[in-house]
Amino acid sequence: MSPAIAGALARLPEYLSQHVLLSVSAIVLGCLISLPLAVVAARSAMLRGPALGIASVIQTIPGLALLALFYPLLLVLSIFTQDTFGFTFRALGFLPALLALMLYSMLPVLRNTITGLTGVDPAIKTAARAVGMTSWQSLLLVELPLAAPVIMAGVRTASVWVIGTATLSTPVGQTSLGNYIFTGLQTENWVDVLFGCVAAAGLALVIDRLLALAETGMAQRSRVRLIAAGVGLAVVIGASLLPLVGRTETHVVVGTKSFEEQYILGALIQGRLMKDGIGATRRDGLGSTVVFNALAANDVDVYVDYSGTIWANHMKRKDMPGRAAVLKNMAAWLKDKRGIAYVGPLGFENAYAFVMRRDRAEALGIKTLSDLALHARGMKIGGDYEFFGRPEWKSVVKAYGMKFAEQRQFQANFMYRAVVDGDVDVIAAFSSDGRIAQYDLQLVTDTKSALPPYDAVLLVSPRHANDGKLLSALEPLVGAIDLSSMQRANLMVDREKDKKTPEQAADWLESVIKP
Amino acid sequence: MAHAPAAAPIIAFQEVAKVYGDTAAVRGLNLTIATGEFYVLIGPSGCGKSTTLHMVNRLSEPSSGRILIDGADASTLNPVGLRREIGFVFQAVGLFPHLTVGENVAIAPRLLGWPPADIVTRVAELLEIVRLPPQAYLHRMPAELSGGQQQRVGLARALAARPRIMLMDEPFAALDPLTRDDLAADYRAIHDRLGLTTVLVTHDMTEAFLLADRITVMHSGEVVQTGSPQELLNAPADDFVRSLIDTPRRRAKRLAELMHVGAGT
Ligand SMILES: Nc1ncnc2c1ncn2[C@@H]1O[C@H](COP(=O)(O)OP(=O)(O)OP(=O)(O)O)[C@@H](O)[C@H]1O
Ligand SMILES: [Mg+2]
Repeated sequence: MSPAIAGALARLPEYLSQHVLLSVSAIVLGCLISLPLAVVAARSAMLRGPALGIASVIQTIPGLALLALFYPLLLVLSIFTQDTFGFTFRALGFLPALLALMLYSMLPVLRNTITGLTGVDPAIKTAARAVGMTSWQSLLLVELPLAAPVIMAGVRTASVWVIGTATLSTPVGQTSLGNYIFTGLQTENWVDVLFGCVAAAGLALVIDRLLALAETGMAQRSRVRLIAAGVGLAVVIGASLLPLVGRTETHVVVGTKSFEEQYILGALIQGRLMKDGIGATRRDGLGSTVVFNALAANDVDVYVDYSGTIWANHMKRKDMPGRAAVLKNMAAWLKDKRGIAYVGPLGFENAYAFVMRRDRAEALGIKTLSDLALHARGMKIGGDYEFFGRPEWKSVVKAYGMKFAEQRQFQANFMYRAVVDGDVDVIAAFSSDGRIAQYDLQLVTDTKSALPPYDAVLLVSPRHANDGKLLSALEPLVGAIDLSSMQRANLMVDREKDKKTPEQAADWLESVIKP
Repeated sequence: MAHAPAAAPIIAFQEVAKVYGDTAAVRGLNLTIATGEFYVLIGPSGCGKSTTLHMVNRLSEPSSGRILIDGADASTLNPVGLRREIGFVFQAVGLFPHLTVGENVAIAPRLLGWPPADIVTRVAELLEIVRLPPQAYLHRMPAELSGGQQQRVGLARALAARPRIMLMDEPFAALDPLTRDDLAADYRAIHDRLGLTTVLVTHDMTEAFLLADRITVMHSGEVVQTGSPQELLNAPADDFVRSLIDTPRRRAKRLAELMHVGAGT
């Protein structure tokens, strides 16, 4: 077996168990709400329209957006309950994913149950009344059993949808088979992407077949089929959930944003913690703002952010007092305003860095951003999805009076190729990215210090801010990673040939930083 | 000639009307049905027979007038309790397709919370009564039965909880003439033996004459004549009743002639 497939397989028990737990919970919860609602709606035409209408509208919201909506909603709610009732809950991960998927599962169950119930032969309903059934008995003994195959078909549709959509719960911090797809896309590990797709589709197919068996079992009143379907479901679900049974309660959640360097550092930190006997799980691929808020809300306990991001995005500072002063001010602000503990800088910067092809920069005589500003009107600039909306970009535009002919947004991988191929003239790259050296790109220097420094910094959640054991496990990492080591580790994951997984790159990084 | 029966009425309709939108399905209905009576409602399609029957156990409610059951206004009685004391056999049979023959028959006793052992005995007994040997039919599904067999199961289901009143809406219409006569005669015997009060709806005057103690002829939602078979034969109220009794009379006459000729040779 190839190492890529072996690596993917090793993560299967964790991802599959989380995926099944999430999907099954969402479907069960969805049915528990949809079935009674449908029963009431089937008897009242007044309720039927609105119930189906709302469920249909929910269905039209893209799955990713629905999932993303629940995190801020729950975050606000958890802050409210904390302030008002003194208890709080995790707004990240399982809960938002569960609620979004539950809503997603409702329409098919609702629609089929209403269709099934209203479709029961009126002569049979009259007979049920005539033998002296109450309307409740008629429902339980006659109408629901007769509608059962149609209802089951709805549950089947819902299950397939939910299992598929659950792959989108990775960005809200819930581990699922989507982790293969999201990290695979980010690191261009197509084996992972494919593996994730096949695993999710396979799971959906198996569950669909078993529910189909249950459906025909109900339609044909075949006890054998029903039992076979029940046993099959129990075995599949039970076996998938096995890795979760008896697992030691983990104490620390390591968060990562959605790019290679973060995955590598996440794996590195997790490894360090485990080695020191601290249980740690990872929430990979979180949005930049999501992960910061999650840390403040104790949904994530450790992650690496960059000083400039906190300075500009969270502290909303526009002044540029210099590298050391930024760190000092930032540490104080984090502690005072959010209760977050600042452990220290890792030792390298991952700053926004404007880079060009060396031959082109030399031909035009561009060395600084001021030089670049002179040529900008005839040039195209590339950035990642965030860059042109960030305060750093506004600050550069203001400081140098730059205006480009065209701005283009790229996924990081494609951005480097675009500048190498000449599709754009200059890109806002990341200084720790290994590809700057690999492609021999020329750095355009920021002489006016319009861009803040971006020291990689280790942050710890308020609830672990005084956790001596955790802090002493993390402290050896402070100042331990230099820029060229980080660049090389990043390149291992980014490059096409001899591509490594973030975990392998983390192992390598661990081996070079060990004293 | 029609006279009120001697025994106290178990069912009485007093000026009952049932209106759907602006058409009256029945109107001005006055009926008294005595305990133990075998009462037949007859009339053309759409004259309101099923409507009349459905109002007895409150499957539908009268638009005006009163229905008395044992002297009590039916609208004051608990409909579920009332229905459990009244057996109902449907024109459209209405067996529960997801339940076996045995489970269909057992439904009313089950709802009344009989002990399971009693239910088992009762179901077997009833299947014997309607001539469906339990060992062959108990576990069949309704879809695996002929129309006539389904109607027998419907009859057994209606009788299960030992009702005092049986309401039967064209129960034998789907049967072949031979089994129809058989089952009709069987049922009349059951009626007598169990001391039931039966209200039966039919299109078939011959059947009415053979079974009924009293007959009410309906037309366009109104009663045309009520009387014993004898009274109807001897003194039909109008041409409509006359035309109804004509068919059985002609048949009987022709049969008598044939038998006379046969006896003569
Ligand atoms: N639910 C209903 N809504 C509207 N009209 C109805 C309804 N039920 C019955 N009717 C009308 O009431 C009249 C009497 O119907 P009913 O079913 O009592 O006739 P019937 O004598 O039983 O006829 P058949 O011999 O065909 O069964 C018919 O004109 C019918 O169309
Ligand atoms: Mg009728």
